[in-house]
Amino acid sequence: MEINEIYIKLKSVFGDGIGELKTDLPVRPFLFVDASKIDAVALFLRDEESLQFDNLSCLSGVDYDKDNLAVVYHLCSYSLGHQLVVKCLVPKQDPKIKSVADVWAAAEWHEREAFDLVGMIFEGNPDLRRILLPEDWEGHPLRKDYKVPEFYNGMKIPY
Amino acid sequence: MGILNKLDNSVEQFESGNIIITSMDKLLNWSRLSSMWQMFFGLACCAIEMMATSASHYDLDRFGIIPRPSPRHVDIILISGTVTLKMATRIKRLYDEMPAPKYILSMGSCANCGGPYWEHGYHVLKGIDRIIPVDVYVPGCPPRPEALLEGLIKLQERIRNQSLAKHTA
Repeated sequence: MEINEIYIKLKSVFGDGIGELKTDLPVRPFLFVDASKIDAVALFLRDEESLQFDNLSCLSGVDYDKDNLAVVYHLCSYSLGHQLVVKCLVPKQDPKIKSVADVWAAAEWHEREAFDLVGMIFEGNPDLRRILLPEDWEGHPLRKDYKVPEFYNGMKIPY
Repeated sequence: MGILNKLDNSVEQFESGNIIITSMDKLLNWSRLSSMWQMFFGLACCAIEMMATSASHYDLDRFGIIPRPSPRHVDIILISGTVTLKMATRIKRLYDEMPAPKYILSMGSCANCGGPYWEHGYHVLKGIDRIIPVDVYVPGCPPRPEALLEGLIKLQERIRNQSLAKHTA
């Protein structure tokens, strides 16, 4: 299925929950989805007969712009051979988004990584702990306003 | 033959055999430098070179260096790669669990000084010598097996010159 057909299909089911489609950038075309609808959209993308996005190939956290973080979902379908990129904007003030770990099990650790490094809260993730950094680490280092601390557990960090 | 060749000419041998006289220092140092058992762990790409050095072509075993899976058994740690702050906490603990005498060989730029992560690596310890004392630094990114072997031979020289009578850092 082409990206435009997928977009029209999603738009007809979810209406305002689906934001704009971007195809004119030198990256794979992507569409925006409202962060509060992502769990329902994800389930639809996986289970709809003509879509069958059975594989979440990547889930990334991004410090997107001044006010927003973003979660980017790279999806593909083994059975139908098409691909899709979905972005969800999450406000920095209240960075909460629904988890898709019960739709694609692969999302669980990816969401933990995005939480660990960028700091969005995935509601419904069964085990939302830090996955890479030590448990007592403070802050989320891939935020653009992150300041490297002087010391960690008595070890000097700057060169 | 055997130990008589390894110790130097201060070894005195008796005619009847089976008795030799040498200094305690020389015997201890010889036995320590001939069986430097290493901690069984690697951290990053340097660990691949370390494994290559252990394998048959370079054969670390001929220096008496074999990996052991417990800090209680080991004499040296090869810090082979990038030390993250999370790992640094564990290395310090493993170092504290090792019985003395213990030696550290820092292998590659990351372990020496942070390497490519020196400026933007918020998670990288900029040199293992910030938490534990290092005996030999091997530069390189990563060092070739020949460089690691030279570092280990330097460490053997260092052990050979130790003395019970004087404290060496």
